[in-house]
Amino acid sequence: MAMPRFELGQDPGTDFGLLLRRVGLTQPAGAGAVPDAPHATTCVALRHADGVVIAGDRRATSGHLISHRTMEKVVQADRHSAVAIAGAAGPAVEMIRLFQVQLEYYEKVQGTALSLEGKANQLAAMVRQNLPAAMQGMGVVPIFAGYDTRRDVGRLWDYDMLGGRYEERDHVATGSGSLHAGTTLKLGYRGGLDRAAAIALAARALWEAADADSATGGPDVLRGIYPVVAVIDADGWARVDDEELAAVYAAIMDEAREAHS
Amino acid sequence: MSMPYYVAPEQAMKDRADFARKGIARGRGLVAMRYIDGVVMVAENASQSLRKISEIYDRIAFAGVGKYNEFDQLRVAGIRAAELTGYQYSRDDVDARSLANDYAQLLGNSFTHGMKPMEVEILVAEVSLAGENDQIFHIMYDGTVIDHRDGCALGGDSDAVTARLREGFTEGLILDDAVRLGAQVLGGERVIPADELEVAVLERGNGRRCFRRIEMPSDVVASAESSEHEA
Repeated sequence: MAMPRFELGQDPGTDFGLLLRRVGLTQPAGAGAVPDAPHATTCVALRHADGVVIAGDRRATSGHLISHRTMEKVVQADRHSAVAIAGAAGPAVEMIRLFQVQLEYYEKVQGTALSLEGKANQLAAMVRQNLPAAMQGMGVVPIFAGYDTRRDVGRLWDYDMLGGRYEERDHVATGSGSLHAGTTLKLGYRGGLDRAAAIALAARALWEAADADSATGGPDVLRGIYPVVAVIDADGWARVDDEELAAVYAAIMDEAREAHS
Repeated sequence: MSMPYYVAPEQAMKDRADFARKGIARGRGLVAMRYIDGVVMVAENASQSLRKISEIYDRIAFAGVGKYNEFDQLRVAGIRAAELTGYQYSRDDVDARSLANDYAQLLGNSFTHGMKPMEVEILVAEVSLAGENDQIFHIMYDGTVIDHRDGCALGGDSDAVTARLREGFTEGLILDDAVRLGAQVLGGERVIPADELEVAVLERGNGRRCFRRIEMPSDVVASAESSEHEA
């Protein structure tokens, strides 16, 4: 890519999406509905005493088929924030990639990072731009969670397909299993949960969603595939390792076994 | 009707070069050198917010001397070129050499065809993953690219600074020593106040983004001064 130069007034500034359009690197809009394109499913996020926990299962489905078992729907956006996605996997993954580049691009050009709320608004604009595809069933519904370093609190946002942006106080769930995951969060949530309790609750919510929704994957003990769970606090993003998750799920399974014995 | 004066091309180029050199020499200089974990850049800069050194990409940094608005334009153009390449292909496909070439094209063009040459000299540095291939490119106002192995000086009294740097540089410097050496060679006879130093590093093992600013260079410099007093 040769070095792009712009006349005054044509300069795209800190907007990477606009820069892509100016240099002619935009994707063509979707031509029609793609019935069995892979879809990503359930993601949750909740606040705890030191920040937020964000988690998502690993399954992507195409119609009734499981198309991917190891998809990562929860990704780090930058040091202090993460996005989780549900909906059409292709556009969602592309949206996250663009979002990550946009945040870092802004930070470097401008010399300072966007505020957490600025990032949430930026993501809303991207969801809104996907509206034509959403009308054809290729919608993307993310969750955005992060640690607000200016206010020293964890914050959560969820979105609708039209780009509506809603800040949530305690917890949020999205995707096909969100009814069950959301109910589990609602029943189990208490103010001021510690890190371990928040991780356990997020894992439990995904477990209940997988139990009742065929498109959501549970922990795959056979293959050693566990949901992606991450904690974001003042120190930034940290992914919870599989060993810790295996222990959390072992406890949940023991409980379930006991209930049915 | 008046005829335009004939100016020999040699003269025209020389005039332009003199003009650019004069502009660059007016500003204060900077040095970059390899140290054990990567590349360190030290600039003399009275401003805490108008930066001379900045991040371009995961392992690439930029530094400029001369006219601030001109090298800042180049900085943003470099970030754009790098981000576009990384987005279009892969983050692994962004490298300092092609960036330095793009800068050379741009500066060379403006030197020969522009209304006036740009009064800047810039530096593009890259740290490799393993440490054997760290690169420092120095791009002059006329588009000349020079590739340095150990380090280089830009702006100010750059010839004298380069000579001092050659003398003081050794292989495998630790960061604190490299910062002190940078401050020393920049200043020469005079001592640059620590709060007028801008220091940043490209550091291997600092995660994906290797660029890091050293926010308190005064601590490093002060610790050097106190240890000298003790000795």
